[in-house]
Amino acid sequence: MRDTAAAEDAVQETLLAALAGEANFAGRSNLRTWLTGILKHKIVDTIRRQSHEQPVSEFDAQSETAEFDAQFDRRGHWEKPPDAWEQPEGALGQKQFLAALEACLRAPPERNARVFMMREHLGLETSEICKELEITATHCWVILHRARMSLRLCLGKNWFEKT
Amino acid sequence: MLSCKETIRLLSQGADRKLGFGERVALRVHLAICDGCRNVNAQFKFLRLAVKSLSQDGHKEKSA
Repeated sequence: MRDTAAAEDAVQETLLAALAGEANFAGRSNLRTWLTGILKHKIVDTIRRQSHEQPVSEFDAQSETAEFDAQFDRRGHWEKPPDAWEQPEGALGQKQFLAALEACLRAPPERNARVFMMREHLGLETSEICKELEITATHCWVILHRARMSLRLCLGKNWFEKT
Repeated sequence: MLSCKETIRLLSQGADRKLGFGERVALRVHLAICDGCRNVNAQFKFLRLAVKSLSQDGHKEKSA
């Protein structure tokens, strides 16, 4: 969630929903699972509202595509085949790496980042994301691919390739 | 033969949907001979892991 205020609202609404629905809780074995489920839906709702309020501009979509296309030659092969990242698992424990990762996740275009987080962090299925954001599966895959490519470039530039 | 551009697009989609048999074979063939795409595949996998492991609190260190 980009917006701290929106995140706080989502948590509050979750707790309220949980309290209001207390009658439904009886018989559920795992409070945490139940709350997490409600929170996920709240987050998805908020993301959906935000994405409707901030449509992706044509310019964003075009400049994105240009950046990706530039990595390949006319026949679709790498202009410069990417090198492997050295021992990336080692970065996971470092605070600065996690900060760099978060900064890259917050980079525009916003909608790509949101869809990506819904899929990779919240673990929602593509069909669920499509349903929530009212986009086709194909569109969803395109967005996710672009998000992964941007993230890869961003982390490459800002972490793994820095001397 | 898949191009590199098509390959990494398929690799991405493989994370979001079940690939067909033909698609998987084509991917394996390309990855066997293309270092660049193999490296990107590994990077995609790492990124998946990294993002999944982000705590809800942001970039606070995970305690041992």
